[in-house]
Amino acid sequence: MRPFKLWQQAAIAAKVFIQRDYTNGTVCQFQTKFPSELETRIDKQQFEETVRMLNNLYAEAEKLGSHSYIEGCLACLTAYTVFLCMETHYEKVLKKIAKYVQEQNDKVYAPRGLLLTDPIERGLRVIEVTIFEERSLTR
Amino acid sequence: MHLGVSESMRECEYSQISTRSSTPMETPFKKKIPKKRKWESFPGRNKFYCDGRIMMAKQTGVFYLTLVLILVTCGLFFTFDCPFLAEHLTPVIPVVGGVLFVFVLGTLLRTSFSDPGVLPRATPDEAADLERQIDVANGSTGYRPPPRTKEVVINGQTVKLKYCFTCKIFRPPRASHCSLCDNCVERFDHHCPWVGNCVGRRNYRFFYMFILSLSFLTIFIFAFVITHIILRSSHRGGFLNALKDSPASVLEVVVCFFSVWSIVGLSGFHTYLISSNQTTNEDIKGSWSSKRGKDNYNPYSHGNIVTNCCAALCGPLPPSLIDRRGFVYLDTPQLAPPTNGITVYGSTQSQQSHMAAATPLLQQQSSEPVIITASPENGGALPSRTSLGLGGPCTSLPLGQPTPATSTASLSCQESTDMLPVHAHAHSHNHSRPLQDQVAHHHFLTPEDLPSPPGMLPCNTPLGHSHTVQAGFYNPASQDSLHEDSVRGLVKLSSV
Repeated sequence: MRPFKLWQQAAIAAKVFIQRDYTNGTVCQFQTKFPSELETRIDKQQFEETVRMLNNLYAEAEKLGSHSYIEGCLACLTAYTVFLCMETHYEKVLKKIAKYVQEQNDKVYAPRGLLLTDPIERGLRVIEVTIFEERSLTR
Repeated sequence: MHLGVSESMRECEYSQISTRSSTPMETPFKKKIPKKRKWESFPGRNKFYCDGRIMMAKQTGVFYLTLVLILVTCGLFFTFDCPFLAEHLTPVIPVVGGVLFVFVLGTLLRTSFSDPGVLPRATPDEAADLERQIDVANGSTGYRPPPRTKEVVINGQTVKLKYCFTCKIFRPPRASHCSLCDNCVERFDHHCPWVGNCVGRRNYRFFYMFILSLSFLTIFIFAFVITHIILRSSHRGGFLNALKDSPASVLEVVVCFFSVWSIVGLSGFHTYLISSNQTTNEDIKGSWSSKRGKDNYNPYSHGNIVTNCCAALCGPLPPSLIDRRGFVYLDTPQLAPPTNGITVYGSTQSQQSHMAAATPLLQQQSSEPVIITASPENGGALPSRTSLGLGGPCTSLPLGQPTPATSTASLSCQESTDMLPVHAHAHSHNHSRPLQDQVAHHHFLTPEDLPSPPGMLPCNTPLGHSHTVQAGFYNPASQDSLHEDSVRGLVKLSSV
């Protein structure tokens, strides 16, 4: 299975943007509403599951708890030099998110001719879903 | 073919499938092509130093003044007052002074040099998509539609999200567009000329610690210089003799005396803001004031003062959303080498989205799943930490479209009548260590792209509310000159 030449010629049919959901304030959450353009391509359940998982991950990144307070205090006491050696909690979660997006793309979206863009590449404004034209995806 | 390293093989594969270049092997990883970093084409009006690690506003003159004032006053204190005090009182005094000084300087530089939380501008695809949605909603008649707003209910309060014509996004709640820097900033507090940067989500805590520690330092120096003079005059018999012996002390006392009021006042004001989880912007506009309505309350507040303070000062620090130090993908796509082992984001131009779109699909084929944005060592895509000035790895910036610069800032000025006296006091001498009384006021800018209703901004400046309409034509040159004038005018106004 070597269809990468096909992908090379795969044209982008459309892009769908999942916007942010601000009903809980400024926390990073995305709308789980299923866009109509994806109806023919992917299962509603599957898609909502992906978005919900992303939302959970972002909530985890921004969660206020003893962990984040300790990190904040430690950072302040060391004049933030501690971050030269250590990643912030947020960054660790962003790494997790990137892995998750990659994994979802590999397993779920690419076989259906879709591609999720990691929201951090769009400034956490949108989840960009690229829809490729239906080409001969069969191998 | 390609010798060697699996990495370069992988990268060659990327070039191979790129939809852009005709001869895929033309741009192998090792070829030396001058690479441009994303900060070099950042659309906002910011200045970058140290190859994108440091980010400041355009006008930095006042920042240097702040720095000079602090350094000179502390320098004089350590040189002239500390020896006497260490000898006659205790050597702890210079030590404490030193610690405070270092802390003040550290937080000042951190506030000034870091990304305040700038929101990257929308990619062309996003902007087009939004426009389409808005047109559908408005039933476009061909005339310019009225100001675009979206309403959202947050914790029971209705909040209006405004559309930013420059950045082509709907601003998240609490974000605002800074006209001086020409960026939308998250949780925009204000633009501070004294630190030469905007104060927003990512640097508010450093700003607060700066003014707090500066208050302590000012009071500390003031108190001990007075002590010094009194002790000396009792030793030397005569107040005037003491002054003659230590002339620097006079200067220090004067500077500290005038600074104390403004800085301590400002610290108090910001302590209030933090404990109620408001921004300066919101407070000035009275967004959550009970005067607006019985049911008006702050939807962002966590309910109690302690949680609000903890959240503001010790909460998680979000990474920078702009990718300053990444490399720009031009027409010939090159896989940028990982900078400091950290990633490069896909640029926001549409051809890059092609590339970004195309390349991950390749991973289907390669046995090792490689993310385009990962350094082969890390294996994970990640924005790097923006630790500034300490030489840490920094994030880089997605390339935005050159947009016509927005119009003048609408200054919300200190003379606004609906401010409480305490605030007015704080506002009238902000941040200043003025040697003269009339010095630049604090810029509490609440600039918005859309023509704001007259009631919002009580101070009508002559530069005022002229907003250049973003008709979608790109004429940066003329817009820039308009900007220059408006900015100059703004600075003039501020020195009144």
